[in-house]
Amino acid sequence: MLIIFLSRQALYTTITMIRLFKVKEKQKEEAKNATGNGPFKKQSAGELRLHKDITELNLPKSCTISFPSGKDNLMTFEITIKPDEGYYMGGKFLFTFNVCGIYPHEAPKVKCKTKVYHPNIDLEGNVCLNILREDWKPVLNINTIVYGLYHLFTEPNHEDPLNHEAADVLRDNPKVFASKVRTAMAGGRVGDTFFTKCI
Amino acid sequence: MVLSNSPITFWAGYAKFKSNIRPSSRVSPPPSGPLPSVPIAVGCRSLVFELQHTVQLRSSVPPMADASAQQSSRSRDLDKLLLRPGHLVGPAFEPGTELRDDLQEYARILVVGAGGLGCELLKDLALSGFRNLEVIDMDRIEVSNLNRQFLFRLEDVGKPKAEVAAKRVMERVSGVNIVPHFCRIEEKELEFYSEFSIIVLGLDSIEARSYINAVACGFLEYDNNDNPREETMKPMVDGGTEGFKGHARVILPGTTPCFECTIWLFPPQVKFPLCTLAETPRTAAHCIEYAHLIKWDEAHIGKTFDPDNPEHMQWVYSEAAKRAELFGIPGVTYTLTQGVVKNIIPAIASTNAIISAACALETLKIASGCSKTLSNYLTYNGVEGLHTKVTEFVRDKDCLVCGPGIFIELDTSVTLKMFIDQLEDHPKLLMSGASVSYRGKNLYLKAPPVLEEMTRSNLSIPLLNLMDKSPNGIVHVTGTAGKGDKRQSCSRKLRVSFKGVGGITDTDMAGGA
Ligand SMILES: [Zn+2]
Repeated sequence: MLIIFLSRQALYTTITMIRLFKVKEKQKEEAKNATGNGPFKKQSAGELRLHKDITELNLPKSCTISFPSGKDNLMTFEITIKPDEGYYMGGKFLFTFNVCGIYPHEAPKVKCKTKVYHPNIDLEGNVCLNILREDWKPVLNINTIVYGLYHLFTEPNHEDPLNHEAADVLRDNPKVFASKVRTAMAGGRVGDTFFTKCI
Repeated sequence: MVLSNSPITFWAGYAKFKSNIRPSSRVSPPPSGPLPSVPIAVGCRSLVFELQHTVQLRSSVPPMADASAQQSSRSRDLDKLLLRPGHLVGPAFEPGTELRDDLQEYARILVVGAGGLGCELLKDLALSGFRNLEVIDMDRIEVSNLNRQFLFRLEDVGKPKAEVAAKRVMERVSGVNIVPHFCRIEEKELEFYSEFSIIVLGLDSIEARSYINAVACGFLEYDNNDNPREETMKPMVDGGTEGFKGHARVILPGTTPCFECTIWLFPPQVKFPLCTLAETPRTAAHCIEYAHLIKWDEAHIGKTFDPDNPEHMQWVYSEAAKRAELFGIPGVTYTLTQGVVKNIIPAIASTNAIISAACALETLKIASGCSKTLSNYLTYNGVEGLHTKVTEFVRDKDCLVCGPGIFIELDTSVTLKMFIDQLEDHPKLLMSGASVSYRGKNLYLKAPPVLEEMTRSNLSIPLLNLMDKSPNGIVHVTGTAGKGDKRQSCSRKLRVSFKGVGGITDTDMAGGA
């Protein structure tokens, strides 16, 4: 652990806490709570940081964002990516983002909701992208992730396979891979798997 | 102290500590050097020295007048700290029987978590003379808890931890009242947390700590000179253990760093690449994470994995075991599965006892002023031999959770648009293109366009109305701030107050929305 020595600061209160507790308890007995503020949602530090990320988004033209839970809940949102080049050109892929209260200490949870034939995305929508897991750092942001996802479509990578079969085909025969991707995006069958149309 | 007459020997931590600081010639500590037989002293080196000196100084104090009353008192040992003056006590310490009685009557302590640390904390706090305790925990007792969560028995398996823990401590320590709450911490209203004098945390999750921290810091108010108002401060004492290591810290919001000020102290969780899990598992943890992250979704479409559901955990365990067998990897057990999935490092009872003792003592010190408090972060490491030290971290003065924020006074007629424009000229901000939120409501979002459209109509509304007519409150703004080359995007907390609107001060001056 990193240990830092720092100068002393004023730490000690001028009256003992117990005096305060006593005063407070007595006040409570006298006037049964006069606070007019009703309950409200507690904003987490993660939410405040996410605000900053969201208002600073600079998305590629091919990506759009939407907030199905409305303007006051930004912790879950959706990103739609329409690649304008590469194997997946013309397709439309939906990703859900779930951000937790200790963001950016922890990366958002990202899933691909569109079934896709892709070496780095499995049929359940799990995504193998380093910055979502092992390489996540608090200095990264939502924008970085969206660019990372976009990159997966322009440059699928057979070396980090989540869909083993797709990765093998991409490595051994890119032309066959391209045609399988087109079939899947058109709502056809690849191997035993049926895909839904996303083009 | 109860312990002197009690047959319960396993509650030794605190009692032993106390007995070693008793100023009798028989056990008086050596004038310098370490205390030889004080196992608990390891948790709090600076404190040991303090107390050691206190003992010497206090030995010269004449005997108490009401010695007989003291003798018969159950809190005899505690009285030595609370009834007599000393040179190393906290400022404004007022020793006497009133202090002791007030602690019993008026101090209300909440213990968050009734697990390994929570069990220890409840026991330690009860034995430290606190009478009004409450405990909150959402978990039920599992067989694997029984080795260290010593308040639980085999027949308790399946029952709520908070309820059993409260009952067991009340059975053993007469006079203490412990109210259990079997629920999630988020289920309680803020009002619930505001009732307590001190909140003591025995948690194993960063997220839960962060939540309680935000709640407690939320009660803090600052005066117009950016000084915290003492009467609004909700002290926290946070304990944590991981195997042979642990920490204890004192959080006095507005004075010492809050959890968010130093969140970087917690190393991010190690995460394996998904493709490694799917393709080239090499360790038992890889097999478990595969079952947890990939296999679960394949087998349970639309059903979210719940780490607190034992059936779900059992399923992940058996899938992980199958995978481990397939790849010839040893070491997958149910306990390891729980550990990996919930990111828990096996707990060690003695570490819990040490950390809890330090936390209970700090709680007593904060409440009574009988000694200066830990300043402010104690680490304990028992991996190789023993190492412990206290580090004094400093607050992040711009912390969005515990910081004072920037004070702004406004006319009641100011609209949201005018407010945003004013931020550009404010000397401490110089913020342009601000987005604004209040208590979790987004009043205006500059971008992306979809959100800008949803919030644009607020621009012409007076801010006072958007803030529910509250005469003052915390507003968060995000935008580009600073001058020239130093312009950069940032988030700031603002303490907004409206001119000429009197009334009760906002209860949420610091925590923000
Ligand atoms: Zn802070």
